[in-house]
Amino acid sequence: MSPAYAYYPGCSGLGTSMEYEQSTRAICEALDVNLVDIPDWSCCGSTPAHTVDHTLSCALAARNLGLVEKMGLDTVITPCPSCLTNLKTAVHRMGDEEFMRRVNSLLDEPVGNTVRVKSVLQALIEDVGPEKLAERVVRPLSGLRVAPYYGCIMNRPPEVMEFDDHENPVAMDRLMEAIGAEVAPFPLKVECCGASFGVARKDVVARLSGKLLDLAEANQAMAMVTACPLCQMNLDLRQGQINAATKSQHEMPVFYYTQLIGLALGLDESSLGLNKLCVNPGLALREAERKTAEAAS
Amino acid sequence: MEILDLSNSRDDEFISQVEEESGQRVRLCYQCGNCTAGCPYTFAFDIPVSRMMRLLQAGQKDQILSSHSVWLCATCESCTTRCPNGIDVARIVDVLRHMARREGYATERGVKVFWDSFLESVAKHGRVYEMGLLTSYIAKTGKVWTDAELGPRILPKGKLHLTPSRIQGREAVARIFQRYKEASK
Repeated sequence: MSPAYAYYPGCSGLGTSMEYEQSTRAICEALDVNLVDIPDWSCCGSTPAHTVDHTLSCALAARNLGLVEKMGLDTVITPCPSCLTNLKTAVHRMGDEEFMRRVNSLLDEPVGNTVRVKSVLQALIEDVGPEKLAERVVRPLSGLRVAPYYGCIMNRPPEVMEFDDHENPVAMDRLMEAIGAEVAPFPLKVECCGASFGVARKDVVARLSGKLLDLAEANQAMAMVTACPLCQMNLDLRQGQINAATKSQHEMPVFYYTQLIGLALGLDESSLGLNKLCVNPGLALREAERKTAEAAS
Repeated sequence: MEILDLSNSRDDEFISQVEEESGQRVRLCYQCGNCTAGCPYTFAFDIPVSRMMRLLQAGQKDQILSSHSVWLCATCESCTTRCPNGIDVARIVDVLRHMARREGYATERGVKVFWDSFLESVAKHGRVYEMGLLTSYIAKTGKVWTDAELGPRILPKGKLHLTPSRIQGREAVARIFQRYKEASK
């Protein structure tokens, strides 16, 4: 078993992205990536906090970094890019001593800023790697053509995120190839989906997420694959709203990459939360199986 | 076209305040337009991001803080990542938003109410309670039909809980907000 990571699930993992959370835990267990939950973790502040104040935002993230320090672990990983950004930005900015002093003045107990932050995606690429993942595949998804969509902040800005390429990330593409899936070209990999404007400005999300669905369809993807709860929600839950606003008729399943890896590893569908997706992925998965069987015969 | 009288409306104090709070030098912008070209929100902005930078260099405080753009930036980091002069543009927009809040500008009230409701939820429970956030947004905006059509899609999935996940440390989180409030008085 690999060295243990402190694990930060993020608030949406308890609700609207529970299938991301379930499937992340399931594949980490199957691939011997050792997760230790942070006891009593709190919200990282997400986008709303940094729109109010940078010290407040970093303090909300830093309370969690302090809890990790107490666990005696040196690295924390999280599936959610928004949590990732907040945790990483806090670490980055606290490199400035004066800023760190101000952050600490908001906390019950000061943090030492000793913890490293990574995404689960980064941990999977670095710890497991596509080759080892490929060896563990029992149900290759070779008939499935997917458009991998990373969202805007997983890799940007590069001097804070320090992972993969900031214009053309490939980590998820490589994992998808390792499980046998076909990766469709997707030039809008890091274009914003409309983020948290779904509630207050649906028109903005309809336009931006609509563009992503259009491109995935134009490139003959049978499904989109995401690594972000907010992107997934905009593309999946809001797909009906988008269709109505942009006069389109998409019926594009939007998976978390962890769900597809879980399927390829032969894990039970219910442990991957496939039934939690709004656009039913059954048709695409059956079509993929048919194509796989056809190619094998 | 609106004509600005730069000699009478230039606010130097504003420029240095933005520079100090963002840690960025606004004079480095040479108007290449790369930020605007890559910004996915240009279609929704009343002032495109490169023009916001130019107005900032000219100290046009009121123009900038009363814009819709400061509230519609999603901090997607395109501008920051692609600026040839290494200006953290998204951080500047964040700071402009902080100032707009402090000075009572809220041209996208729905956006502000959504973010405020989110933070109130965190201050109360230690984590964000999604159903409570939506309820609070609806109560404050009076937009009772917000996402109502999504109910039948999401409720049967059991993804939205009807009670918050309250943590032991919620008081510790509330104290972070409390100290922030006191410090910024």
